[in-house]
Amino acid sequence: MIKLEKRPQPSRLWTVLAPLLAVLLTMVVGGALFWFLGANPFEAIRTIFWDPLFDPQFAPFSRPQLLVKAGPLILIAIGLSIGFRAGIWNIGAEGQYIMGAICGAGAGLALYPSDSVLVFPLMILCGALGGWAWAMIPAILKTRFGTNEILVSLMLVYVAENILASMSSGLLRNPEGMGFPGSRNFKQWEAAHNAELIPNTGMHWGVVFAFICVIGVYVMLTRHIQGFNIRLTGDAPKAARFAGVSPARVVFLCLGLAGALAGLAGLFEVSGPAGQITIDFNSGYGFTAIIVAFLGRLNPIGILLAGLLMALTYIGGELAQLMLGVPGASIQLFQGMLLFFLLGVDVFTNFRIRLTKPELA
Amino acid sequence: MDLSSINPILLVASIMVSATPILLAAIGEMVVEKAGVLNLGVEGMMITGAVVAFAVAVNTGSPILGFAFGAFGAAALSLTFGVLTQILLSNQVATGLGLTLVGLGLSSLIGKPYEGVKAPSLPRLDIPVLSDLPVLGRMIFSHDIMVYLSLLLVVAVWAFLKYTRGGLILRAVGESHDSAHALGYKVVRVRLLAILFGGACAGMGGAYLSLVRVPQWTEGVTAGAGWIALAIVVFASWRAGRVAVGAYLFGGITVLQLNLQAAGAAVPVALLSASPYVITILVLVFISARGMHGAPASLGRPFHASS
Repeated sequence: MIKLEKRPQPSRLWTVLAPLLAVLLTMVVGGALFWFLGANPFEAIRTIFWDPLFDPQFAPFSRPQLLVKAGPLILIAIGLSIGFRAGIWNIGAEGQYIMGAICGAGAGLALYPSDSVLVFPLMILCGALGGWAWAMIPAILKTRFGTNEILVSLMLVYVAENILASMSSGLLRNPEGMGFPGSRNFKQWEAAHNAELIPNTGMHWGVVFAFICVIGVYVMLTRHIQGFNIRLTGDAPKAARFAGVSPARVVFLCLGLAGALAGLAGLFEVSGPAGQITIDFNSGYGFTAIIVAFLGRLNPIGILLAGLLMALTYIGGELAQLMLGVPGASIQLFQGMLLFFLLGVDVFTNFRIRLTKPELA
Repeated sequence: MDLSSINPILLVASIMVSATPILLAAIGEMVVEKAGVLNLGVEGMMITGAVVAFAVAVNTGSPILGFAFGAFGAAALSLTFGVLTQILLSNQVATGLGLTLVGLGLSSLIGKPYEGVKAPSLPRLDIPVLSDLPVLGRMIFSHDIMVYLSLLLVVAVWAFLKYTRGGLILRAVGESHDSAHALGYKVVRVRLLAILFGGACAGMGGAYLSLVRVPQWTEGVTAGAGWIALAIVVFASWRAGRVAVGAYLFGGITVLQLNLQAAGAAVPVALLSASPYVITILVLVFISARGMHGAPASLGRPFHASS
């Protein structure tokens, strides 16, 4: 008989090994899926994980995309991971991302066509504030009324999507756009454009912010009292209360930070790679970031690596779609499977597997 | 705005149709939560049920087979959640979210060839005598069979939980899994069965969306219905009767806002479209402000026999 025995401490080795094993399992099962869909499994896996980086034909184009896609994923996932550690489940990052983009872009567009150097910093500030404010709704409702933050933050995604639709065909619509929905394009307005900083690397201000956040949050979690309070609240809520940690403050801190970072991600996306506010501007980064946060073990360095890997599956997925005719949705399934395998494999981190002889009843 | 263009008979009839998918999903989720498991994957199971049912119904021409396979497919998907959370002891919140993401991916993969296809429709079941009543007949007694089945299911779940031994065991497992285990009940087995039931119900709910309510397959056809079902369970304080009330209230809001949009009400369309979600939030706030009455004590807590 197989028996699970709880480890007194999570295994250090398996904490690192579990994500790698999960990726491996996903490749095997994903390969089988591609085979079932009529593609060569080895070719498909190579197209997704290898070709975007090293194939001489595709790499020059797709390598910069890696940072473009990883930037927002890392920014959002870092914010989410802080909350997940404290047991605060903000799953509405997609909505905070949209609101950040709308507020940031709106602040910029109000000043059009100014060429002041202050336009872009102001947009960044308003983007962060927009995401923060949207995350404050579940935070206030949770601390004031005890309302479940999972459901509220998720419902707010749908509300934000409706606001986005109304904004892109109403208030923020390009007055010179011949009535088509969609705002002015930031790529044609230098003062507000989040341009590539180093040519052909994909490096823009959002990626820089993502790296800064990785370091900042790492320091906060390991060296700062607030980081300690957050981890304590998640691991032992009662002990945290006895130690004088205010649960409400942790809620505000976690949701606020996650919202602000998601808002920043939205602003950098709208003013850079996306270029404009459109009805379908959001592309699900807020949900994929949940996978990134878990795959990175809620650890900033891990999230950095997981964000890059997840970005790779996006780019590789597009490539596989183009080259092998694999349906685009299979990549979404592929990413979901990764989270599933990780959660399953994690049993080794927290439990020891023991083989025992069947007991006599 | 022309309010007189809204026909009250059709309004009530369409409220019943619009409430049914959420009712099915919510009553299933309530049983799961009564057993102490929080499955946040309702949206994923619903949309999987929707796409499987649609594909089967189109290929076989039988909507009934579609419903059966939709329920079966979603239950099979929910089993992965069951194995992960009950046997491999993963975090229920994270696994439920994962289930939703997997379900969304899986469904758009399966559903691609079915976009723009028309599904065979479920025949209307005119209840003899009652459906001939002047106003009420058209309003309440001439729907398809799933509308009545969903209401019967609510009664069945209520009776099961209240009057049967199995229901008592299920509630015991949800209130205190350690005590239930000490009494010799198989906690994991009971919970797995509840999860399967919840999956099947969510699948039927999804099937109703794609086969009757919309009736079409489009990506993301559930549009948050699964999450609203979760909210309705909280709203209902984990009681079967109130789940029905919640689902019908919500169905009413959805239909009413669609009717107002069609009638050209002087309210922004975005506000009307967002209103079901906003009202769900307001209801949640109202309920939680009164305190979380009736939540099963072991809800969301993992069970490991050794501890």
